[in-house]
Amino acid sequence: MSHHIVAVKDLEYTYPDGTPAIQGVSFRITHGESVAIVGANGAGKSTLLMHLNGYLTPREGSVQVGDFPLTKATVSDVRRSVGMVFQDPDDQLFMPTVFDDVAFGPLNLGLPAEDVKVRVSDALSRMDVLHLKDRPPYKLSGGEKRAVAIAAVLSMSPDVLVMDEPTTGLDPRARRQLIAQLDSFQHTKIIATHDLDLVLDLCQRTIVIHAGKVMADGPTLEIFNDGKLLERCHLEKPLRLQGCPVCGRD
Amino acid sequence: MSRIETAFFEIGSLDTLAGGDTFVHRLDPRAKVVTTLIFICCVVSFQKYQLSALLPFFIFPAVLLTTAQLPVGFLLKKLLFVAPFAFFIGVFNPFFDQTILFHVGPVGISGGWVSFASIMLRFCLTISMALILIATTSFNGVCMALEKIGAPRVFTVQLLLLHRYLFVLVGEASRLVKARALRSFNGRGTGMTVFGHIVGQLLLRTLDRAQRIHLAMQCRGFTGEIHQMRLFRFGWHEFFFTLAWSAVFLILRFYNLSQLLGGFLLEFAQ
Repeated sequence: MSHHIVAVKDLEYTYPDGTPAIQGVSFRITHGESVAIVGANGAGKSTLLMHLNGYLTPREGSVQVGDFPLTKATVSDVRRSVGMVFQDPDDQLFMPTVFDDVAFGPLNLGLPAEDVKVRVSDALSRMDVLHLKDRPPYKLSGGEKRAVAIAAVLSMSPDVLVMDEPTTGLDPRARRQLIAQLDSFQHTKIIATHDLDLVLDLCQRTIVIHAGKVMADGPTLEIFNDGKLLERCHLEKPLRLQGCPVCGRD
Repeated sequence: MSRIETAFFEIGSLDTLAGGDTFVHRLDPRAKVVTTLIFICCVVSFQKYQLSALLPFFIFPAVLLTTAQLPVGFLLKKLLFVAPFAFFIGVFNPFFDQTILFHVGPVGISGGWVSFASIMLRFCLTISMALILIATTSFNGVCMALEKIGAPRVFTVQLLLLHRYLFVLVGEASRLVKARALRSFNGRGTGMTVFGHIVGQLLLRTLDRAQRIHLAMQCRGFTGEIHQMRLFRFGWHEFFFTLAWSAVFLILRFYNLSQLLGGFLLEFAQ
């Protein structure tokens, strides 16, 4: 199954007002890898993610997802294999009930009703939220909304999961639970986040982006131990790798 | 603002009522929507001075209220909430139309007062039916029924999304207003200029959000049609419900039951 790759080559993107957002980004993520994309605010993470689901098509350089180079013609194929979880679950949950929302994607794929039902309950039980299926999304708590938003993407059985800040707004317990759930997934995962402790738990590989360029790409621990690199990119060591503020021990 | 927020939470509770399980709740949404439409058409088609013929129509909301076990007080409150709209539509009639139509004892009642009362009656009938429809069918059910009946898809999709994001919009607006209130003192900061900025902000945020939602829909294969899984069944129950009530409405539309009953009672008394 080596074909579930995500390959970005020399990608450039400039906003219509002339601000350069991405300047020559290249990386290749292979099947089953779990990769973090970290960077300061405005580093270009979100713009990069927008390219991975085909919302923006590359003007310079190329993006390849699975067997398809991303072009206007292949956008729907790419979207079928890339599941995108948005930062704000309210943007993603637009249907009247949780069930309808999770069924939205599979129904659009044209699957028969029976299959859709199975997929919806599978996805919901995987996120431990099957009991919410008849509730309207606007009445859920933040953690529940997040879980349902992820289930809505899982129900389409994507090969690649792309997540934008999956842990923002979650309480510690919900965050911990989410990390455990994400860890159990076999999908290729691409996670853009500021939560570097989550990266320690989930991602073996980290790509650091600063001012639209890849500053580092390698094993997570190696990168997080490079204090100078992190400082240059406006980042900080994850709390777990910092010295203890009480006893001063490293 | 808190009052507006509460009002919106109550819209949500209208949908909660729709989760009930009575004969009326179980009926296919299409039957209820069609019957309600016929009801509304009959009620609004009377000429403007009509009062007595409208009264028998209250039987429909009354029967539905009892069979669906809806809380009457709650719906009456909702009705009062929107009543000012109807009130202001009709309130000037008594000034413009002063022809005396009939006398009650020594007091002459002008056509303006009669048409005003007629507007209020129609308002009560139609709005209470709309509320009962949503409280027994859910907003979502009504939208789907409309689509099944043949309403344009663009229209039903718009309605569905409007209902979903009403809550997000109100939340966003109330946060903006709260943020302003926390930093305004002695009436400074609450003027029209700031209000203008807030409305502008809200519009921009809404546009941004609309773009993100559209993207989220596209990511999951949206092509302009919202598929939903609901088993609709228009069986004998629905058929009889629609037919019987429509027949009642048509009879009440063309025969003034109040007058007939009054005439009959008078004759009987003599």
